[in-house]
Amino acid sequence: MIKNISNLGDASVYCDFGSDVNEQINSNVICYFNEISKLVETNETTGINNIIPSYNKLIINFDLSQTTFNEVKEKILALDVKNQTKDNFKKIKIAICCDDEFGLDFNRILKITKLSKEEILNLSLNKEYFCYMTGFIAGMPFLGDINKDIRCNRLETPRLKVPKGSVGITEQFVNIYTFESPGGWNIIGNTPEKIFDNLNRKEPALIKPGDRVSFYQISKEEYLNWNE
Amino acid sequence: MSNTYFEVLRAGVNTTIQDIGRNHMYHLGITISGAIDQRNYVLSNKLVNNSLNEAVIEFAYQGPLLKLKNGSINFCITGDVIFKIIKKDGSIEDGNCYESYTLEDEEQLDIISTKNTAYGYLSVSNGFKLQKIWNSYSINTKANIGPNNGKKYSLQDKILINNQDLVLNKKNKINYNESSDNLIRIIKGTNFNYFSKKSQDSFFNDEFSVTKDADRMGIRLTGPKLENIVNTNIKSEGLVRGVIQVPADGNPIIMLSDHGTIGGYPKIGVVISADLDQVGQFTPGSKIKFKEVSLAEAQNIFKAYTIDTNKYLNENN
Repeated sequence: MIKNISNLGDASVYCDFGSDVNEQINSNVICYFNEISKLVETNETTGINNIIPSYNKLIINFDLSQTTFNEVKEKILALDVKNQTKDNFKKIKIAICCDDEFGLDFNRILKITKLSKEEILNLSLNKEYFCYMTGFIAGMPFLGDINKDIRCNRLETPRLKVPKGSVGITEQFVNIYTFESPGGWNIIGNTPEKIFDNLNRKEPALIKPGDRVSFYQISKEEYLNWNE
Repeated sequence: MSNTYFEVLRAGVNTTIQDIGRNHMYHLGITISGAIDQRNYVLSNKLVNNSLNEAVIEFAYQGPLLKLKNGSINFCITGDVIFKIIKKDGSIEDGNCYESYTLEDEEQLDIISTKNTAYGYLSVSNGFKLQKIWNSYSINTKANIGPNNGKKYSLQDKILINNQDLVLNKKNKINYNESSDNLIRIIKGTNFNYFSKKSQDSFFNDEFSVTKDADRMGIRLTGPKLENIVNTNIKSEGLVRGVIQVPADGNPIIMLSDHGTIGGYPKIGVVISADLDQVGQFTPGSKIKFKEVSLAEAQNIFKAYTIDTNKYLNENN
C-alpha cells in the first residue's frame, strides 16, 4: 500500500510504497499503475500525462495547465486497489550468447564472486525472473532477483557505450540494453532478440512489468545466424 | 503546387522535428521529447497562423541551411537567432525573429546560429508533411522514434511541407521581449535531506556553471560539490523533466526533454514548470542560481507564465 504521497516539483505526484524491493510491493505499484491508466483511458480524469512505475515508487506526471497536485492526489486516494499479483503475465524465454566476446565483464565477476564462469552461468541462467519495471531507455526491462552468490556492484566507471542487446547484472537485478547506451552494469552476454521494436506500434516492448523472464544459452554460431 | 519540400544543404548541429512531446509512454521507457522551449515553439506556430500543436523544426546552436523546392511558403523563426534569406538572384536579406516571412521557390533560408541561447524554432504555414508516431511528431534520437526514422536531419535530406496556397496577406509580428535572468526557481526534491546542511545552504546561495555536457537529455552543472551524507544511490525510480539529480561526484544534473525515464541518483530539487523553457536554453558557461519556492508559489508563477504566453499569442490579432 502507499505509505506516503508527496509532490515531486509542481507537476508530479510521488507515491512512496516504502524502501523494500520485492515482488509483492512491486505488484502493488503495478496495480496502482493499471488503475490510474484506466482512469486516463476512460477519460475519467484529465491532465495526467505519464505514469511511471518503478520498484517501489509510482510517479504521476500531469499538465499543470489542466489540473493540480491536490486534484490528482485526491483521485489516487479515492482508488480502491486490491493488492493482488498480476495474473495475466507472459512467460518469455530470451536467447543469450555468453561467449567472451559478448560477456564483457566475466573477469570482474569472477574476481568478485570467486566462482567459475560455468558456475556463474548456472546460477544466472537457470532461474525465472520477475520484471519489476521497464525504462531508463526504451523497453529496458529490470528483472530480479538474481542468486545472492553472484551479486556485484555497478562498474566504478560506467561504459560510455554498452552494446545493444547486452545482458547485465547489478545487485539483485538483471537487465537488457535495448539500445546502445552509456551504462555501468556487469555484462555477461548478449541477446540477438528484438526486446524493443519501435516499428511495432501496438506493443513495442517485448517484456512488461509483471512478466516472467528466463534465459537460455545459444552458441555464437546460432547468435550470428539469428533470424526473427 | 505539389511536393513542396526543404532540401537540407547544411544540417546544423542538431536539427530535429519537435512538438509538444509524446505522452503516455514513460512506463515503456519512452521519454517525453518535444520542444525544449515550449513557449517559443507555440509562438512560432502562431506567427504563421498554424494550430499551436503543429510540428516545427528545432535547431541548436548552428542551424540548418535549407533550400525550398516546388513552391512558396510562409515561415517564422523564434528564439534568439541570426538568419538570412538568400534570394534567387543571390541577394541576401537579414531576418528578424518573431516576424513571418515569405520564402519563394528556390530561395534559401540560412539559419546561421543562435546567439545567447541554445535552441531556436522554425515553423512553416500549414506545417510539415509528417506522420505522428504514438501521437507525436517529436523525433527521439535515442530510441529512433518519430519522423526521419527518429534521426536528426543530415545533408541532402528532404523535409516535406504540406501543400498550400500562400495564406498570409499581411506580415505577422510580435514584440517579444522576455528578459531572461540566471535565477531558477525550484521545489525541494524528495531526497533534499540526503545532503549536508552546508551543501543545502550552498545549493541556494552559491552559483553553478553549465558545463559543455548539455544537450536535449540534460545539462550537467559544476559548482560547490554537494555532499551527500546518506547514500549516493537510491533504488532506481521515475524521473520527470526538471528533476535535479546529484550523482556521487556531487555535481547536479538537470533533466531535460530527452532524459532517461528512470534514474538512481538522489533528487535534490525540481525546476518549476514555468522555468523549464529558460533552463533548457542555457548554454555552456552560463551561471545559474537556484531559489526555493513553495508548491503554491510555483502554481501561481505558472499561472502568470500562462497569462504571459497568451498575451504574446493574442498580440498579433
